[in-house]
Amino acid sequence: MSLDKDTVARIARLARLKVPDEELAPLADELSGIFAWIEQLNEVDTKNVEPMSSVSDVTLPQREDKVTDGGIAEKILANAPGGAVYIEPTDKNAGGFFTVPKVVE
Amino acid sequence: MAALTDLTLAQLKATLDRKEASAVEVAEAHLKKLDEHRALNAFITETPDRAREMAKASDARRAKGEAALLEGVPLAIKDLFCTEGVQTTAGSHILEGFVPHYESTVTANLWKAGAVMVGKTNLDEFAMGSSNMTSYFGGVENPWKKHGDNRKLVPGGSSGGSAAVVAAYMVPGSTGTDTGGSIRQPAAFCGIVGLKPTYGRCSRWGVVAFASSLDQPGPFARTVEDSALLLQGMAGHDPKDSTSAPLAVPDFAAAARNPDIKGLRVGIPREYRVEGTAAEIAALWDKGMEMLKSAGAVPVEVSLPHTKYALPAYYIVAPAECSSNLARYDGVRFGQRVPGKDLIEMYENTRGAGFGKEVRRRIMIGTYVLSAGYYDAYYKKAQQIRALIARDFKQAFEKCDVLLTPTAPTAAFAAGEKMDDPVTMYLNDMFTIPASMAGLPGISVPAGVDKDGLPLGLQIIGRAFDEETMLRAAAALEKAAAFNLRPAGY
Repeated sequence: MSLDKDTVARIARLARLKVPDEELAPLADELSGIFAWIEQLNEVDTKNVEPMSSVSDVTLPQREDKVTDGGIAEKILANAPGGAVYIEPTDKNAGGFFTVPKVVE
Repeated sequence: MAALTDLTLAQLKATLDRKEASAVEVAEAHLKKLDEHRALNAFITETPDRAREMAKASDARRAKGEAALLEGVPLAIKDLFCTEGVQTTAGSHILEGFVPHYESTVTANLWKAGAVMVGKTNLDEFAMGSSNMTSYFGGVENPWKKHGDNRKLVPGGSSGGSAAVVAAYMVPGSTGTDTGGSIRQPAAFCGIVGLKPTYGRCSRWGVVAFASSLDQPGPFARTVEDSALLLQGMAGHDPKDSTSAPLAVPDFAAAARNPDIKGLRVGIPREYRVEGTAAEIAALWDKGMEMLKSAGAVPVEVSLPHTKYALPAYYIVAPAECSSNLARYDGVRFGQRVPGKDLIEMYENTRGAGFGKEVRRRIMIGTYVLSAGYYDAYYKKAQQIRALIARDFKQAFEKCDVLLTPTAPTAAFAAGEKMDDPVTMYLNDMFTIPASMAGLPGISVPAGVDKDGLPLGLQIIGRAFDEETMLRAAAALEKAAAFNLRPAGY
């Protein structure tokens, strides 16, 4: 499996990672090397083998569908890097919001 | 009397119980060591004020007769555990300055058990690495050096800082996390004990996620008993982690104090004899089996046929989960933000600048293997191989009670080595990853030194949720190996 520059650029886009142009070719080589090493998995016959997504063989626990926490908007907003607006619980718009660049014109 | 910082965790506990020292005195003695050995770069954040405050509160509880399991014991915490009011970085620029408003379950359990936090330790970025060289905050130096060679060595990774601080006698114990070997390999490199519990034994809630089906918190200490005490303080069912096992916490320390292994069947997996393992490590492995045999154990040769595929399968599963988990670092809710002309560009700029090269590499591998058209060829295939690996262990454990293997193929290497080719670095975890893929517990015990005087570890792997048998075997190995060296100058 060999990845070319364009494929790497496409993966970077999918992953929302800015990769400078001059780094695309070396990254393609690096990733191709890793995938070439991973290729050895094709030696293994996995026909009829059930894929394993979790090591715990218990079914995931369920709980009653009710609110068990909340009221911590201020804490959740406290680390927002682009600034956030917190609205006191006394306000009818209580809660708050994160800020992002303009999405809708 | 020995210096407070020379005591094991169990001895320190006894000293505090006998009121020969206060928690405040114990904290001060260890904080002084943090000052002395700052050059190791083992901490990202030191928390001396928090330590003094917690120690004072611990003394007050003790005065009221309310001493808990780890009352007054100073610990270092891997900077992957969220700690309320204390910066938590995961070793990444993207989380620099992030101050959680909540406490991870494991650390909350430790504080409830009376432990005192001295700081947050350095690690490979998002726990991705085997040398601690991928940390945004710089590599950690291993306190050990080769005889007659002053070059800096790596402490292993990803929990390199947590291993180094215990090896350097800055604290008697610390927490780590292990996804593919991140506790066991650094423990081996630093000549200490490192324990990865069964997946589900310790809660992952509040631990910055890397690969959720593999990540598991665990302790570092200088003795097997100390690691058991810490595990006892960390473990327990947590409804906030749906993969946390609803099981009571056994008396792990009692198991570790009982090195009786008469009749215990110790499996030696033949597939672990591989090229690339240092001759001294292969010899130590044989010696380790002889030691256990002398203590009454029965050696059994077993086969784990899919061993060699564990590593490449891991490098599909772990990056796939990482690419999904790390999608949350988008510059909106926490961490760093780099502006862009629109939302997408803001994401790309933030993530491009915030992640280091190894993390970027793994996100890209993960994104690729999960992308349309490749899912079955890679991700599904890897999950099928994971099932085969788990089956291998299951069959082996029909013939034996624990497995004995080397922990790592080499001793600690120099800072900057193995950096040219990612796969060379990945091979460090060849002996630890198979047990991770199967969710099994493993412990690394220091068992000898190589010709350069560097510590080497042996790994004991147990059955799922049978850490007690694993600890008994580890205690027997520890007793027989009688490893009592410490790095020069520490």
